[in-house]
Amino acid sequence: MALFIPMPGKRFVIGVPYTWLVLFFLLPFLILLYISFVDMGNDISPFKPIWDSSTGLLKLKYENYWSIFRAGDGGALFQTLYIEAYVRSLWYALCTALLCLLIGYPFSYFIARSSPSARPALLMMVMLPFWTSFLLRVYAWKGILADQGVVNQVLLALGVVNEPIQMLYTNVSMLVGMTYVYLPFMVLPLYANLVKMDFRLLEAAHDLGASPFKAFWLVTVPLSKAGIIAGFMLVFIPAVGEFVIPSLLGGPENLMIGRVVWDEMFTSNNWPRASALAVIMIGLIVVPLAVYYHFSGDAAEPKH
Amino acid sequence: MKNFLNRYFGKGWLALTYLFLYVPLIFMVVFSFNSTRQDAVFTGFSLRWYEALTRDSKIVDGFWLSIQVATASGVASAVLATFAAFVLVRFRRFRGRTLFSGMVNAPLVMPEVVIGLSLLLLMVGIQNAFGWPQRGMLTIVLGHTLLGMAYGMVVVQSRLLEMDHAIEEAAMDLGAKPLQVFFLVTLPNIMQAVGAAYLLAFTLSFDDVVIAEFLSGPGVNTLPQVIFGYARRGINPTIYAAATLLIISVTAVVVGYSIWVARQTRKREREMAAAVRAETAALQAG
Repeated sequence: MALFIPMPGKRFVIGVPYTWLVLFFLLPFLILLYISFVDMGNDISPFKPIWDSSTGLLKLKYENYWSIFRAGDGGALFQTLYIEAYVRSLWYALCTALLCLLIGYPFSYFIARSSPSARPALLMMVMLPFWTSFLLRVYAWKGILADQGVVNQVLLALGVVNEPIQMLYTNVSMLVGMTYVYLPFMVLPLYANLVKMDFRLLEAAHDLGASPFKAFWLVTVPLSKAGIIAGFMLVFIPAVGEFVIPSLLGGPENLMIGRVVWDEMFTSNNWPRASALAVIMIGLIVVPLAVYYHFSGDAAEPKH
Repeated sequence: MKNFLNRYFGKGWLALTYLFLYVPLIFMVVFSFNSTRQDAVFTGFSLRWYEALTRDSKIVDGFWLSIQVATASGVASAVLATFAAFVLVRFRRFRGRTLFSGMVNAPLVMPEVVIGLSLLLLMVGIQNAFGWPQRGMLTIVLGHTLLGMAYGMVVVQSRLLEMDHAIEEAAMDLGAKPLQVFFLVTLPNIMQAVGAAYLLAFTLSFDDVVIAEFLSGPGVNTLPQVIFGYARRGINPTIYAAATLLIISVTAVVVGYSIWVARQTRKREREMAAAVRAETAALQAG
């Protein structure tokens, strides 16, 4: 249906959000892209213009990108702090998504199979921590996982360990924190998918002689594929750029790329390289998204 | 085997996962009442951290700043989200539609660090060119609005899509001008979604630390920024006290809202059932 809005009105309605987005989304991105191709400046102006002031020629500087991949001139490829941080970010995001799936799948499944009257309350209990400050919930883990923290005290009291084990500022605290924060992002799409499933299919599989495990693996899991992929993407994508969790729960060994961009910007004051790092970061997000849309587009097409 | 799985394994898994989700909240509530700075052993009940909280001017100032920023960016986000959703749902074809929908949705997947950095570069550019605005509250509001608009748009869009267009057509047939149709018919119909968009944007803004860290200026710190600063320095039970107050208010609002929605639904169901009964009775009588 086309609403018959006279032309000036339509222009205004489109123009307001359009102008806003061009000014505050597209333009900043173009500036980011621009600065990633120029030379670093001095303290007063942090970057130099793209044109050479003596010759007036435009010149793109690829050095910002090169320096991310190569340590020094002629140095070994892919062995820089930046590449390590990218790889580590992707690795943490992948582990987080897998852990969320491992915990969240049975969780969503059992909520979906609980009585319909209990479901709203169970779901609300998932959302409730989600509405309270994310920062505070991450901060709490710092106290829980500390050397003298609750977990260590309990382990010591039970005699499981003789001296406190270090969990804070290690992979353990990083993954606990990230799994904790992103679990609801996995549970909600999975639940939405599983709750629509016809559980009589499982009974049919059972009647035909399938063991519960086999029925689950051959019927439930394939039917919930869309939910699994959606949940995986919803966890993986924001997890790659995570900034707060490594700052609070990680040590120098657990540096992720978001923090590296920050340090490059505010500590090294190297704006062009910070911009180049951010541009590559966008690339890391866009590629899995494009793959996702490609496949989900296929799945959504009705098959004739 | 199947019974065991359904009865015990399922309940056990649910209970353990909920425990995982609630451990940090319980931890903060309990240790906000601790009498010492210790946070592994409960040494005695005390309200000293709550007292310290009221005296901490950084936290109190940050709280008021956050309320202002969240309110402003919530309103701006809801208005822009309504505009954007209306454009995407109602104007199927116009030049630059692909770019438009891409730009609306992109902040949903962009890392906050990238949004913060690119907006900072823009702000620095504008400031160098015009000498205004200084980085501070206004720039944080702008950053949060970009994020809030994207999330709010999803909410308003889904409501607009399920809304019955026929009533708008009816209003137009009866001679209403487009503006009248929007304000008298469309807006009242989607008002709940616009409200939800506002609340979502408010919460996002109130909770955000990354964009604020990039866009705030010297001496301007939102509540999450203050907490982030404290948190990096070590354990501070004053933050647990702030967290406890937040947890209590959020729980009250969410539980109260759910009860209200459940009551409204039941009321509507009762009324509908009564109407059906009355109709049936009338039909049988007639």
